[in-house]
Amino acid sequence: MTKRLIRKNGSSLPGPEDIHREVLSNGITVLTRSNFNSPSISMAGYLPAGSIFESDEKLGLADFVSASLMRGTQTKSFDAIYNELESVGAGLGFDSGVHNASFGGRSLVDDLPLVLKLLSESLLTPIFPKHEVEKLRAQILTGLAIREQDTSDMAAMAFDRMLFDGHPYSRPADGYVETIEQITQKDLVEFHRAHYGPRGMVIAIVGAIDPKKAVAAVERVLGGWQVPGQVLPPSLPPHKPIKKTVRHHHVLASKSQSDLVIGMIGPKRNDPEFYAASLGNSVLGQFGMMGRIGESVREKSGLAYHASSSLSAGIGPGTWEVNAGVSPKNLKKAIGLIEQELRKFVKSGVTKDELADSQANYIGRLPLSVESNGGVASALLNIERYKLGMDYYQRYESVVRSVTRDSVLETARKYIDPNRLVISTAGP
Amino acid sequence: MTNQITQVTLKNGMKVMLKEIHTAPIISSWIWYRVGSRDEPTGKTGVSHWTEHMQFKGTKKFPANVLDKAISREGGRWNASTSRDSTRYFETMPADKIDLALRLEADRMKNSIFDEKEVASERTVIISEREGLENEPTFRLSEAVQQTAFHVHPYHHEIIGDMADLRTITRDDLYEHYRTYYVPNNSILTIAGDFQTKAMLKRIKELFEPVPMGKMPPRLNRPEPEPKGEVRLTVEGPGETTFIQVAYRFPNAAHPDYFPLQVLDSLLGGASGLSYKTSRLYRALVDKEFAVDVSSWPEATIDPFLYRIIITNHPKRKTEKTLAALDAEIQKLQDKRVSKDEITRAVKQARAVFAYGSENITNQAFWMGYAEMFSSYHWFTSHLSNLAKVTPQDVQRVAQKYFQPANRVIGIYTPNSRRSK
Repeated sequence: MTKRLIRKNGSSLPGPEDIHREVLSNGITVLTRSNFNSPSISMAGYLPAGSIFESDEKLGLADFVSASLMRGTQTKSFDAIYNELESVGAGLGFDSGVHNASFGGRSLVDDLPLVLKLLSESLLTPIFPKHEVEKLRAQILTGLAIREQDTSDMAAMAFDRMLFDGHPYSRPADGYVETIEQITQKDLVEFHRAHYGPRGMVIAIVGAIDPKKAVAAVERVLGGWQVPGQVLPPSLPPHKPIKKTVRHHHVLASKSQSDLVIGMIGPKRNDPEFYAASLGNSVLGQFGMMGRIGESVREKSGLAYHASSSLSAGIGPGTWEVNAGVSPKNLKKAIGLIEQELRKFVKSGVTKDELADSQANYIGRLPLSVESNGGVASALLNIERYKLGMDYYQRYESVVRSVTRDSVLETARKYIDPNRLVISTAGP
Repeated sequence: MTNQITQVTLKNGMKVMLKEIHTAPIISSWIWYRVGSRDEPTGKTGVSHWTEHMQFKGTKKFPANVLDKAISREGGRWNASTSRDSTRYFETMPADKIDLALRLEADRMKNSIFDEKEVASERTVIISEREGLENEPTFRLSEAVQQTAFHVHPYHHEIIGDMADLRTITRDDLYEHYRTYYVPNNSILTIAGDFQTKAMLKRIKELFEPVPMGKMPPRLNRPEPEPKGEVRLTVEGPGETTFIQVAYRFPNAAHPDYFPLQVLDSLLGGASGLSYKTSRLYRALVDKEFAVDVSSWPEATIDPFLYRIIITNHPKRKTEKTLAALDAEIQKLQDKRVSKDEITRAVKQARAVFAYGSENITNQAFWMGYAEMFSSYHWFTSHLSNLAKVTPQDVQRVAQKYFQPANRVIGIYTPNSRRSK
């Protein structure tokens, strides 16, 4: 006999009946959802301590701080922290973007208190030991040296620089060699003191634990955290419009393949046209074997192993871009084909069948994206960050179905102008 | 996680392995063919991987532009990959849509077209894939090390194949490869997820049993002789960063020494899928600033392959010093028995990794077939208990036996950017 373990409402999608949300007295939002199918836990979250606070001279500071948090705290050394984690097969890590510092971890359920304790110590009492900072600096600098040789990274960096000229999004969050070399231990301490705090912090815990117990576990280690002077992020300045197509080629002489990024500004995550842009983009460069772009550049012309388009939409202006890796001798041809697809896209949008296909794909793949605890934790953070509503994933089908051919066309024309593109390439 | 499965061999020799999991309305289906880059003679390197690409170019029933859209339309995720020992295709679908995946796989087991024009356009796609890999210093280093470690065995070449062969392999070469190896008696179908075994098996028989049994394809068998001593090589290329790869000849996955070596790997390089900052190599090389990163991994293979250690050298250190520090660490394992606690720790880490893996249905269907390719599903289900049986004496013995200089190739990627600028 088969036991059905799928949730009572017949859906595996998170919703108001099984997402538990609580805000602690110090401002930390806790989201939890139980899943007793596996004895494990996923934990993820963020707080507003990203690179938006950095000066141009100290670019990479926020990233450096987040990478240093587990290098030593008031009570534990770097090695002791990782020894506790790795001895039980648990994980914990920090990262940093423009707006937020983020963290993630996982463990067997019995070890959740250990992971939360280490999360709390890393957030509240890091000491940035000098010798560890210097070790980390060497590692970051090597990472930057490797980046300098990566065609895809170099094309992407120049793309952001041109597209977001003068805007915080134009800067690489991991900085440059010169800026990383200038950052002192004092800078790290001060950045942490000013920007790490409970206000604006969100944490999601998903797995084999009762929601109330999960909240209590967070309360125990983070409930008493107070940072009265916590500096909150500035608002984003406007970005300059692109007036005509701009191009840049970064020379990396000995490479066998070139990378290209062609794109423009895209919608914010909370813009009403986000879904029309997302479904339109699916037709353009995602659906099936990388959509129309894949069909044209890879399938018909055999020019590239990967050629696709993507939207990156967050708090501020997003990007809408096409990426491909091509043989240097085919670079011009590939750019021509992509421009041709973009022209076609803004001229006639998508067909009824194409839109229906992508809608079906979005709806059908949703259960897959929330299959693992980590997938659900990301979904909960997504709901919180963009205020999508607890029933978002259950409403998702109707949201996707509400997109029409007209709204896709209108959105495409609003964002894409084939005569005002940013074209960034790197290679020989 | 339960490991209960149903195993059946169909009339045409195709093996079927089914595992019911009712935690999400999802089913993952994998089909495995016993052919990989180890079966490719010189002149045809890369033919397995290229054939895998051609399997997406359509049959009469599912033409190229129909097939990928059909899966995507249902919200499915699908892909394929070629390894040294096998070629595998998977679809993970909403449970009520899995029939499409089964029909597609049954059809393309014998009806793929391999159109001449599609072969021509895929040739440049694969050349482009290889060029993308060649952009990476670590790929170039790895390829050189592998070519040096194997002179006779076809593990000599990379899965993607040599550029010379990618330029000359013909449509008929590809089609012959397909017809030879893609027969039901050379394949395994593994399915995990939200289904009822009886009904699923009935449907599988309807779809796959009409595919006629073929001649059992022979596997290329050219055993590599024992290494005759340490070999060192240098690869030059752009950049500022020096990479070192140290590759020891390692036994095959079914060998009894494989489990003590897995424990040894956990101690040296950390458990697979976890952070590794308290591993012996991290402490000896990164903490002591000989390297800015180090990673290591064994590969579960049919024939003896390699255990590789990749070091991103610290910009201020000479590679000889780094290698000396590595050797000193290995020497410790050979001279002094590890404690039982260290082994217990490695087992606990592996147990956690298994628990994380059990959240994912695609992963569970994968392991059934993957383990069958070089051993059996039992290899996977008894993995944790076999690790727990490993003793400190075992670890010391395998450290002494396999981690000998004569048993290794050392490759160094030396940057020449200053000259090339």
